[in-house]
Order: sequence, then structure tokens, then C-alpha cells
Amino acid sequence: MPGSVGIVSDSLVQARGLRKRFGRFEAVRGIDIDVWAGEVFGFLGPNGAGKSSTMRMIACVSPRSDGELQVLGMDPDVDGPQIRGRLGVVPQQDNLDTELSVRDNLHVYGRYFGMSRAAVRARAAELLDFVQLTDRADDPLEQLSGGMKRRLTIARSLINDPELMLLDEPTTGLDPQARHLLWDRLFRLKQQGVTLIISTHYMDEAEQLCDRLVVMDGGLIVAEGSPRELIARYSTREVLELRFPPGDEHGWPETLSDLADRVEQLPDRLLLYAADGEATLAAAHRRGVQPTSTLVRRSSLEDVFLRLTGRSLVH
Amino acid sequence: MMGEPLTFADRRPVLAGWAAVLRVVEGLWTWYRRNWRAAVVSSVLQPLLMLMAFGIGFGSLIDTSARAAQATGGVRYLVYLAPALLAVSAVQTAAFESSYPILSSFKWRRTYEAVTATPITPGQLAVGQLTWIALRLIMSGGAYLLVIMLFGAVRGPGVLAAWVFAVLCGMAFSALLVAFSAAQEQEGGAFTAIFRFVVLPMTLFSGTFFPISQLPRVVQPLAWVSPLWHGTELARGAALGTLQLSAAAGHLGYLVALLVVGVQLTRWQFRVRLTR
Repeated sequence: MPGSVGIVSDSLVQARGLRKRFGRFEAVRGIDIDVWAGEVFGFLGPNGAGKSSTMRMIACVSPRSDGELQVLGMDPDVDGPQIRGRLGVVPQQDNLDTELSVRDNLHVYGRYFGMSRAAVRARAAELLDFVQLTDRADDPLEQLSGGMKRRLTIARSLINDPELMLLDEPTTGLDPQARHLLWDRLFRLKQQGVTLIISTHYMDEAEQLCDRLVVMDGGLIVAEGSPRELIARYSTREVLELRFPPGDEHGWPETLSDLADRVEQLPDRLLLYAADGEATLAAAHRRGVQPTSTLVRRSSLEDVFLRLTGRSLVH
Repeated sequence: MMGEPLTFADRRPVLAGWAAVLRVVEGLWTWYRRNWRAAVVSSVLQPLLMLMAFGIGFGSLIDTSARAAQATGGVRYLVYLAPALLAVSAVQTAAFESSYPILSSFKWRRTYEAVTATPITPGQLAVGQLTWIALRLIMSGGAYLLVIMLFGAVRGPGVLAAWVFAVLCGMAFSALLVAFSAAQEQEGGAFTAIFRFVVLPMTLFSGTFFPISQLPRVVQPLAWVSPLWHGTELARGAALGTLQLSAAAGHLGYLVALLVVGVQLTRWQFRVRLTR
């Protein structure tokens, strides 16, 4: 990886000691990031971790409070409009114009990038096809489902052929089918060489999409790597989940602690981290444990997050 | 159902400032043209009602009075009132366009947030929004002009200057109100208060229906502050051909000063709100 400091040609986003303050509250407390061309880079963390503030600084919308930031080799404080002209932004909350048709949303937006009417029309037709909304082109926006609106927002963000796309929690609030359709579109963009930055609090989304990610908590980066690396570094191969009737789980962590690398107690279950979940389950049964249900699964980023912060990601 | 692979073109240069402003205006026009019929109807209907009620109804009552003739400079009350109502109409249209739609674009529709994710800057967006309101005032003023011509309340081409002055007056008020609206976080009755305690008294006591010299001496300074009084003096003076150069310069200077302050406040407020 061309990672030596000072080379910016392949680094689309480079941040050093990046901070964002809102009055006395510091949302981002000094983070370093490098995003390389062609990769899908993720910010994973709970609500309030500082993901959106970071995304807004990279989008050249919110000025940084401190530190260094370069996007596409330029300084957002100096060249904000030039950088924004080459970005595609999908905000956390849809901000499509609900009083325009599907097609007009794309036409109006493309014009803000200085595109000619003809170029906007051609590109919009191509994009409506890409997000499978061609047959809805002339519908008013109210008639679209949540997933369709999200796809339209993605189409809109692509109107200017962006080199870098920023997606802030792209699938929050969507049903599973709509999420998978969206992931498929994003994956196709990656194949076409678009660099994607995604913030999410869904571990499955991060695992599915991201080549590399940082785990954020309390405005800081607490871990960095590929999903596979992070799981290997911070968790075991498998996890045994034991569910107990409410009130019955007390005492078991001590009894079982030597059977696993690590034991986490959640409100409704115990998590035993071990290389071999089935063997651990058999050993637990021999010690007289009688849970209401058991599950052996592979470790996920959720487990990494739990390990790093002592809290679960989504609740 | 799979679409063709997307192509990725070369980068484009960023638009110059004025061109960016025009793109903002174009975006607002695209939105407006869906509802233009309703807007045209209301901008013709409102002056029509006002002219019938005050110009003709009320006017027929006082046109025989010598004291009224002294105040109107000897012209029919309808002719006296019409150019002033042009200014009132501009201020009222400006009040509507500069209040709820602005807060909504920040807060509910969030369209400003979408625009400033593109190369358009908050300052360009602010100027584009104000330019759009100015165009709206020019359009509704034009409709008004047609109506008063049909009523026979136009005395000559001076009314075209009255049109320009009315738009300037509306914009002097609009820019300040847009800056105020951009600072609102909640709807919270602020706009109702503006309409009730600013727009309505301004309409009644800015010399539209009677000269402010008829007001008690202590409240006359309130009329001097009102942009509508300055706009009314200019519009009426231009339409009736009674405008004095020095007075005109004073009124114009005041309105332009308000406009400049309002535009700067609006740009500043847009930047603060959209870059946090």
C-alpha cells in the first residue's frame, strides 16, 4: 500500500488529528484517516460516536475545528466547491425535494453541478435505469416507498460522476429486501472503480460492504482494519450464546469462565468466546448449565465492538 | 432489469458566482412552475379585492369631500390608492415568500442542505433565494399593474417606475425577514407575530390609505422606520408625477440601505446554519 506520509496521489481522504467541536462538546476528538482509491471504507460505531460529524467534514459542508484534512488532494477550507463538485453525497436523512417528480429531482440537482441540460437529461435517464426507477420517472415523490427514495438519493448523488461517494447510514430504516437491493447497487459502483465511504451502525452492512473500516466510539477511533482482521484480532473464531430465563443467569459467568477465552454478560444472554463453540457447549452442559436456548455462531464485528467498548452496538 | 454500466466522465470546472446564483433561481423556478396558476390567481385576486373595497367602495364615499381632495392632491381616491397598493402587495407577497418557505427549506424539506452539498455555496444559495423572491415580486407586481390599468387607475408611464420602487420596497423588507426566518429553529409563533405586529400595522399606517401627516405626531416616527412608507412615497410620487428629487433620494437611500443590510445578514445566517 502506498502509505508513506506525504504521498497523496492515491489517498482520496487524508486526515491527521481531525477534530470537530460544537461549543463545549467535542464530537470528533482527533482522528487519523486514509482512504485509498477504489476501496470501500467504513465508519462503524453507535449513534453519537462522531461518524456523521466526520462525514460532514469530509463532504466539505462542516468546517473542521482542528487538525489537517485533505479531500481529493485539496483543502476543504480553501477548495470546498471544487471538491464538492467531485463528490456524491447520500445524507443520513433523505433530502429529496418532495414537491418535485422523480425525474425533476435529478434534473434540478445536476444543474447545481454546472452540467448542461442535455448532459443532465442523458445522465438522469442512465441513473434511473441503474437504480431501477425508470418506470417511476414521472411520479410525484410521495408515491415512492422508503427504499425507492433511498435509491433515488443514490442516483442523485451520482449525477455528477463522482470520484468519491459518501454514504451516511445508507440503509437505516429500510426493510431487508430494500437493503439488499441497495447493497447490490453499491457493490456494482465499487466494481466500476468508485471509492465509497460508508458510515453505519449495522455490523452486517460493514462486513458485507467494507474492505477496510475504523471502529469509532466517543469521537475516537478505537480500532482499524478489514472486517476479517478485526475479528481475528479482537475476537475468537466462534461464539457460544446461552440464553437463560430472566434472573437465572447470575453466577454462571464464574462457573463457566475457564471454558472460554472471554465471557460477556448481556441483559438477556451470556456470550462465551471460544475457538470451538460446540465443544464449549458440551463442557458447559457437563457442568450442569441448563439454558433455555443455545446458539453457536461465528464471531462478527458486533463482538469486536463489544470487546473494544464494553457495550453492544445496536440496542 | 440490470442497467448498463455507468460511465465516469472528466471533472467539470466550478460555476462562477453569478452563474451559480442563476442555477439556484432555476431550481426554485422548477419547483414554482408546478403551482404557478394558484400564485397568479392570488396575486391578481388580492389587489382586485382591495381596489374594489377601498378604491371604489370607500373612494366613492370620500371623493366629494374637499378635505380628502386636499390630501390626495386632487386626484380620485382610486388613482391615489392604486400605486400605494402596488407597494403593499409587494410587501405582503414578500412576507409570505420570506417566512414559512425559508424555514421549511431548512428544516422540513431540507432542500437547502441538499443544494449546499453541491458546489453551490451557502452565500450563493442565499443570494439565489433572494433573487427568486425579487422575480416573484416583479411577476405579481406585473399582474397588479394589469388590474389597475383595467380599473382606469393609471395616469401615465410613471407607473412603471412605481413598479420598480414597489419591488425594491418589497425586497428591502424581504431580505431582513429571510435573515430572521433563517435564524428560526422552530416555527413557534414567530411568523404569526411578524404578520400580526409588523406586516399588518405597517400596511395600515404607512401612508397607503391616508397621508401619515394625519397620524398623531408621536407615532409618525414609526412610519418613517417602515420601509413601506418609503416605498409608498416613491411609488405614488412616480405614478402621479409628484416626486421631488431630494425626497426621492432620501427614500431610495433608506430602502437600498435596508436591502444591503438584509442581504448581508441573510448570507451570514445561511452560512452559519448550513456549515455547522
